[in-house]
Order: sequence, then structure tokens, then C-alpha cells
Amino acid sequence: MTASTLDRPAAPAGPSRRRGGQGVERRPGFLTYGLLLAFLIGGAYPLWWSFVVGSRGNTALTSTWPPLLPGGVFWQNVTEVVTTVPFWLALGNSVIVSVVITASVVLFSTLAGYAFAKLRFRGREGLMIFVIATLAVPTQLGIIPLFMVMKQFGWTGTLGAVIVPTLVTAFGVFFTRQYLVDTIPDELIEAARVDGASMIGTFWHVGLPAARPAMAVLGLFTFMTAWTDYLWPLLVVPQNPTLQVALSQLQSAKYVDYAVVLSGAVLATVPLLLLFVVAGRQLISGIMQGAVKG
Amino acid sequence: MTSTLSRSRQAPPAPRPTAPAPQRLTFRQRLNRWDVLLSPYLYVSPFFLLFALVGLFPLGYTLVVSLNDWNLLTGPGEWVGLGNFTAELADPLFWNSLFNTMSIFVISAVPQLVLGLVIAAVLDQNLRAKTFWRMSVLLPYVVTPVAVALIFSNMFGEKYGLVNNLLVGLGLDPVMWKTELWPSHFAIAAMVDWRWTGYNALILLAAMQAVPKDIHESAAIDGAGAVRRFFSITIPSIRPTLIFVVITMTIGSLQIFAEPKLFNATTATPGGPHREYQTTVLYLWDLAFQRQSFGKAAAVAWLLFLLIVIIGLVNFLLSQRIASGSSPRERRRGRRAPEGRDALTSAPTYAEIQQRGL
Repeated sequence: MTASTLDRPAAPAGPSRRRGGQGVERRPGFLTYGLLLAFLIGGAYPLWWSFVVGSRGNTALTSTWPPLLPGGVFWQNVTEVVTTVPFWLALGNSVIVSVVITASVVLFSTLAGYAFAKLRFRGREGLMIFVIATLAVPTQLGIIPLFMVMKQFGWTGTLGAVIVPTLVTAFGVFFTRQYLVDTIPDELIEAARVDGASMIGTFWHVGLPAARPAMAVLGLFTFMTAWTDYLWPLLVVPQNPTLQVALSQLQSAKYVDYAVVLSGAVLATVPLLLLFVVAGRQLISGIMQGAVKG
Repeated sequence: MTSTLSRSRQAPPAPRPTAPAPQRLTFRQRLNRWDVLLSPYLYVSPFFLLFALVGLFPLGYTLVVSLNDWNLLTGPGEWVGLGNFTAELADPLFWNSLFNTMSIFVISAVPQLVLGLVIAAVLDQNLRAKTFWRMSVLLPYVVTPVAVALIFSNMFGEKYGLVNNLLVGLGLDPVMWKTELWPSHFAIAAMVDWRWTGYNALILLAAMQAVPKDIHESAAIDGAGAVRRFFSITIPSIRPTLIFVVITMTIGSLQIFAEPKLFNATTATPGGPHREYQTTVLYLWDLAFQRQSFGKAAAVAWLLFLLIVIIGLVNFLLSQRIASGSSPRERRRGRRAPEGRDALTSAPTYAEIQQRGL
């Protein structure tokens, strides 16, 4: 489940891979890299093409064979984007929402996951099964009453309405619990307790440092989820939008200026693209760990 | 605070004071006891409090709303009992949305699975620049569904779309991607697949890497080629993961919203001029916030929930049966875990669900 447990079974296979008995693990040939290149182009092309249209204007849309190189009007279209919708406000809102949700989910989930993994208390099993059961409850189910509650409180239009429902998630609790259960030796906690640390002190000095890798992965995915969320922000903050809501508003006019819309799509992708460049490795190992758990 | 001092206070190795001697407890000791007793509950309480507020309460309240003739603007109306449920179950538009959801699921899941397996198999080699290639297949995942919907909505434009331009350029007829049933389902499935195939490929890749290499080696010595090994060794070994991926795809596609909503901005009804690609969540949104019938929308929400629970149960039963001791993970766990709580360890598939659910 951890990076280390994931890699461990693969590690002994490493040397034998290179030895390559009977062609099981020899270096792959051109066909392999050709395929990989094709996947890369398939994955990148729609994004690239959006940039081409955004930088060439709508004339790029009418030619039979799509132009491959960008033009020179990208900044004009970007200006159009930021004046048509409150882009900077939306960007700021998205950052606030995603950061607060991420911080809160990581902190509270780690706390709860630690308790479930390492502390003994009455009802632990039952409560944990409850947490797992709630994983299956889709968020869409509650949007109607939740919307009514937010309206009642007068929270609609404020970022609080977006943030509060996801301050701590069952997924986070479950994820950190699974990680910590094998990571921290019980002796370590006992030693800390024997040395006179309080419960919270033990968590702080033993649990938290051990949980750091899991927290990073959880934080990354929580951030992604919060950032990409569309349905709920659309309901509660249409006038004070998050980035996704603002982006969708680019298209709501009767006449759709696609060069502007696509410039917006490219522009809105930049932050996550940067995140991807910085933390892509962790994202990948997070996804692959999830698979090993499953 | 020195260790000798506290050691004398504690019962030897256990963190809990096992032998209570009420008479001689100091204040610190009593504090410590409460600390041990209450801290775990304190730590897990944020989740349960919040879940009660934004999970449990809405669940119950949705039921109440669904039993009323509730309007978005005028509020609660008459008590109609199960009227909303029977009305929805008799409403062709509800079934239309379910049909569209299922159809888009099937059209997207099959190619996604095949392509995901191919990508995973290609990645599961002794590659140079491993991380680069893995990142490259994950690239579409960082494009948000809204952006994906905008981009593909343009690419599948009927008049000046990239796809139709190419079709015409090749001498074919343009396809009415946004107004006809199957083409529109195909286009939306393409959006889903573009964003998720690489993600699922990495999950499958992780499963493939857990297959012991010596099995492959001995099969190769026996003369099995790469293709044969793929179908006879790889696929059977990763079957549990395959099933998990399929289940998460099901749950994920039950919740598709942004793609069909933004696919065609010019129609008055969300999801196509004649609701050709109106999915169930989009239908729910339309019902509640456009047609303002909260009662009926709440009933739809519950029906959707029941569907997801059924799928979740099937998932659970399947995974219990299939994953029983066959995967390397299970073996690894068996070595060290005396708890043997399979319910806890086999559920992570839900984690994936949650990831995609939002």
C-alpha cells in the first residue's frame, strides 16, 4: 500500500529482468516505443489542438486539415476569457476551496485513520465498517437537501457552502488507516507512551511522521478532486464561481466563440498541468498503490 | 518527566493501566486514564460529526422530500407518499436517462478496458524512461471534466468540428454528433475514455507487476510466446483488479454530469434536443433546478442510490469470491496480519469509487 510495500515484491525481480531469460524481459523494441508515442500523441493532441485554435482564432476551425502550429492571437483570446467571466476571482476561489479542503481532509483523516489503525477502543471494528460503508454513498444523493440546508443558512454564494461538505472524507480515513496499520510498529507507540507522552503527543511525534507519505498522496488526490468538482459548486456558487463553474459559463452564451472557449480550457488546465509536472510521480504511485490495495 | 519516573507509574509494557488501584491514583494518573479512554473517540469524531451533518441527515431528509410534492421556490407541498416514486418509475424520461447512462457506460467501458490493457501491457516492460511514459499516459487525467467537455464539444462540432472536417476530407459524410442518439453517446464515451483510460491503465499495470515473474519465465521456457503468456498468465492473474476497474467504471459512469451538460450549449433541454444523451444525474439536476420539482428529484436520487448500493453489493460479493487468497497481496497480508478482517482489507475498491465519485 505504501510506496515501499509496492516496490518490495518487484524488487527481487529486478536483476532477473535484466538477465532476460528466453526473451521475457529483454529491452523492448521500436514497436513498443512507437505505440507509446502514439498514446502520448493521442493524450496530448486534444489539448494541443485547443491551444492551436485558441492561438489562431476561429478560422482554424474551418480548414479541412487541421493546422498543427499555433498562431499569434492567444493572448487576445486570453484577454477575452478573463473579461467574459470573472477568471481571476474564480481562480482565487478554486485555490482557496481546494487548499482548505485538502488541509482539513488530510489532518482529520490522518487523526481518525491513526485512531482506527493503532488505538484500542470499544466499538472500533463497528465504526470502521461504518466508515467503509459510507464510501459507497454517492455525493450526488445528498445534493438536494444539502442545497436546501445551505439556502436556509444563507450560505449559498459563499465558499463555505463548497468547502464544508467535504471537510473530512471516508476515503481519507480509510486510506490513512490502511497505510498506518502496517507502517507503525505497536512497540513504537508503547515506547512513546512509556516515556510519558500524552495520546496527542504520541500522535504528533510517532503517528504524524510515519503517516507523511500517505498524507502526501491523500492530499494530492483530495486537491485534484476538489479542483475538478463541478456539480456542487455550480449549484451553490454560480455567481461567485470556482474555476470549473466560470469555465463552463464561457460556453453558456447563445453564440459560442470557440477560440475563446478553448483558450479558457487551456488556461484553466495550466494550474493542474504545473501540479502534474511537480507531483506527477507521486500521482502515479498513488494510483498504482490504490490498485495494489484493491 | 524522566523515563524512570513514568516507568514506575505504568503497568509494565501495556499502554493502558491494567490494574486499577482507585485509592492511590494521582491527578496525573487520572488524567492519563481519561486521555487513553477518550482520545480515540475524539480523533474519529470529526468524520462522524460531519458525516451525520452532510451525509446521514441529507439521506434521511431526501427521503422526506421525496415523499412530498416539494417545489424549489414554494417549498414543501402536500404529502404524496410514494407518489413521486411511482411517477418517476412510470416516467419515460427517467428510463430514457437510465438507458442513456447504461449505453454510454457500455460504449465507453469496452474500448477503455481493451485499450487500458494494451497500454498497461506495453508499459509493463523493461522500458527506458519509465516514469516519463507513465506520466504521458496520465496526462489527460489532469484536464478537468469541464475542460474535457468544452474541448470535445468543439471537436465533435457538427458544422466546423475537427472530426467532421476530417471525415469530409476523407470523402465521408459528416456525422450529427450532437443531435443523434448513437453518435452522441459515442462522443461522450470518447470524452470519458480520453480522460480515464491512462488512469485505469496504471491500475492494471500495478496489478500486472504483482504477477510473479518466475511464472512468466517458466512459461517462456515451455515455449509460450508473449501473446500467449498475456492471455494465459497475465489476464487470469489480474482478474480481481480487472473486475474492480469495471465496477469503478460502472459507478463512475452512473455519475456522469459535466460531459453531457456541456456537450451542446445551444439546446434548451440539457442533454440534447430530445434528451438523446441526458444521463441520470443530469436528469436529476434538470428536474430539481430547472423544472423545480424537488420531490421528484429526491425520489430519483433515492432510486439512483439504490442502484449504486446494489452495484456495490454485487461488487463486494464478487470481490469476496474472486479475491479469496489468489492475489499476491492476499498472501503477503496473510503472513503478517493476525486480525484476518477481510471485510476491511478487500473493500479498497470503494476508495476508487470515492475518487471518481465527485
